[in-house]
Amino acid sequence: MNNALIIGQYVPGESLVHRLDPRTKITVIFFFVFIVFLANSVISYSVLIAFALTSMFTTRIPIRYILKGLMPVWFLIIFTFILHLIVTNKGTVLIDILGFSIYSGGVIQGFAISIRFFLLILITSLLTLTTTPIEITDAIEDMLDPLKKIRFPVHELALMMSISLRFIPTLMQETDKISKAQASRGVDFRTGPLKERVKAVVPLLVPLFVSAFKRAEELAMAMEARGYQGGEGRTKLRELKLGKRDLIVFILFMIITAALFLTRNY
Amino acid sequence: MDITFNNVSYIYQKNTPFAHKAIANLSFYIPSGTFTAVIGHTGSGKSTLIQHLNGLVRPSEGEVMIGNYRLTRDEKPDNMRMLRNRVGVVFQYPEHQLFEETVKKDIAFGPKNFNVSQDDIENRVREITSQVGLPEELLGRSPFDLSGGQMRRVAIAGVLAAKPDVLVLDEPTAGLDPRGQHEMMDMFTDMHKQQGLTTILVTHSMEDAVKYADHVIILNEGAKYMEGRPEEVLTQREALHHVQLDVPEMVQFINAFSEKFGQKIPYHRQSEAELASEIRQVLKGAGKDE
Repeated sequence: MNNALIIGQYVPGESLVHRLDPRTKITVIFFFVFIVFLANSVISYSVLIAFALTSMFTTRIPIRYILKGLMPVWFLIIFTFILHLIVTNKGTVLIDILGFSIYSGGVIQGFAISIRFFLLILITSLLTLTTTPIEITDAIEDMLDPLKKIRFPVHELALMMSISLRFIPTLMQETDKISKAQASRGVDFRTGPLKERVKAVVPLLVPLFVSAFKRAEELAMAMEARGYQGGEGRTKLRELKLGKRDLIVFILFMIITAALFLTRNY
Repeated sequence: MDITFNNVSYIYQKNTPFAHKAIANLSFYIPSGTFTAVIGHTGSGKSTLIQHLNGLVRPSEGEVMIGNYRLTRDEKPDNMRMLRNRVGVVFQYPEHQLFEETVKKDIAFGPKNFNVSQDDIENRVREITSQVGLPEELLGRSPFDLSGGQMRRVAIAGVLAAKPDVLVLDEPTAGLDPRGQHEMMDMFTDMHKQQGLTTILVTHSMEDAVKYADHVIILNEGAKYMEGRPEEVLTQREALHHVQLDVPEMVQFINAFSEKFGQKIPYHRQSEAELASEIRQVLKGAGKDE
């Protein structure tokens, strides 16, 4: 059920990437998305690839697991590549198939775009692979802090995010449990005509909603019982702290950005 | 139906960093018509074992035989629905699976899926309702309006209405008050005897195991730790302590008694009243000696 796509899946670890401050990771990735578009020469692409691969190896997560998890995205990458092959008509004609001419410009363009695409997805999935959802939420709350000046409900937003993230695994377990219970009572979720399969979802959804509402009520009551009244004056259990390694990563990232500016073609 | 596990292993999320062995090389045989208790600490693989019994999961290695239905890694029976009809599973907190508008419809849901005729379903619903001790006027009510204990009974009735040959019970009394626990276990024993069911009770209550089961399997970290008759297995204090389990209260009492009075009373699953008269006998005998 949940092993097809690994985006959003956290793999616990002790690597350098795991221990970086989540704000550092988010900032670096935010800028990485921009500098990917700076690359336009072989060397500048190599710099980007080197950066992404080094980050990937540093996480110590099995490479096969990461690549397999990106499987559904491979399809998009290949699709993009083929689209560029067909549409672009720059450079010299390489071959003619069925009235389509494939140009050398198309091959280069296709490669370039696919690599960009791949790097973007790889780097962003490294964020969720090495950072717990709670850390990400904390980082977002902290980074959106200035918006409090214009009365934007940053704390409430972060709380909503962390509660929903917290309950995703719980709901998944619940779904699994109820679907197994109903399967034991003869419901078939996998085979049969579409109409039957849609009907089979009712015995799953009703109990799921009932328990989700019950859980929400219980949580609200537990929070009130412990005196929760919003973000005002509240201290944090997990304080985010920038360390030496965050500084090093920032400097490294700036060097890479500078290298990109130097190696790209103008 | 006879149940056989042959070197069964089950691995969750195989080929990922989360891979984890829930059952390791497990073999046992449960003859038809017996009452077996499966005991183990949290995370000992009890729930995974249950899911093999009606084909919700298939073993990663080894073979499971339920009557003539064979389950292996690559093989499943053609008629899975039939297997699920014959093996009824009451999961933990079964009241969470209720969903219909009325109690009656919810009890009828299983039989309907197993293609039981409408007339037959009507009869079964009535019969089962009285068996599980639900008043008939509740049949038209919404299951969500009932008390927790009643909801549990409705859910159990929903499983029993399919008339299974094998009944699997996963902590059926968890969260009930002491009286409700008694009533429920007595109900299951009656049904076990009257209908010749093969019953498998998953529990961590040593009291229930020793009281109702005639065969005990103790699991530890997915492997079989001990197996045998309850009075043999559940009296081995050292071995049970080793896997965070304790002997039943009755055995604890007899041990303490023996230590204090220097008189050994054998444990043979006697009732409290029987034990009391045995103690009287022993003490009388000791009095005469002096």
